[in-house]
Amino acid sequence: MIHIDLTDQPIDVPAALRSVEADGAGAINTFIGTVRNKSTGRPVVRLEYEAYDSMALHQLRKVAEQAAEQWPMVENITVIHRKGTLHIGDVAVVVAVSTPHRAESFVACQYIIDTLKQVVTIWKKEFYEDGDVWVAAHP
Amino acid sequence: MNLKIALFGIAREIVGQSVLEVSAPEGQSAQGLLHDLHARYPALAGLSSLAVAVNNEYAAADTLLQERDEIALIPPVSGG
Repeated sequence: MIHIDLTDQPIDVPAALRSVEADGAGAINTFIGTVRNKSTGRPVVRLEYEAYDSMALHQLRKVAEQAAEQWPMVENITVIHRKGTLHIGDVAVVVAVSTPHRAESFVACQYIIDTLKQVVTIWKKEFYEDGDVWVAAHP
Repeated sequence: MNLKIALFGIAREIVGQSVLEVSAPEGQSAQGLLHDLHARYPALAGLSSLAVAVNNEYAAADTLLQERDEIALIPPVSGG
């Protein structure tokens, strides 16, 4: 089962982990992306995430479906991404994958977060003491 | 035909609005639209990449646009 969400509310990480529990799962692998206090050495004050909601949800689901297709033993996948204003230490994204054995849970989880970063229509703006930058916008 | 283009992130800031209405010839392609927009907003050319999305999917360069399509400009994504 695949569960996808894009929310402007804080992510309930324990609930996200519980959502992938399954009797047939011997492994639950989780990636939690959090807001770091520095970007290329520059202190970060806060982040703002903007999303093209309908496409982001559609693409997130596609990425999760690709993982479930590539590793058919996957029991459950949950992907939740924040939008709006986030501060240092806040959770920006959670990926949780349950599988019968651990090896596939690691690779499927990594595939999902790596692919999410390449295709999902979410944009991060970093705010510093003295300015702001859309991450990855310019070469 | 008239196309409505949704703009996000830095593309929204460069154009100065979140929805852009443009008139385009029938049979306009995704690539043709990008070409026109680059001419109108030269700062778009400075981006690492700029894609066109049609109905929530990334569009190939030769995808033909239609008035009823949901069209968006996709600057480099940076989620996660």
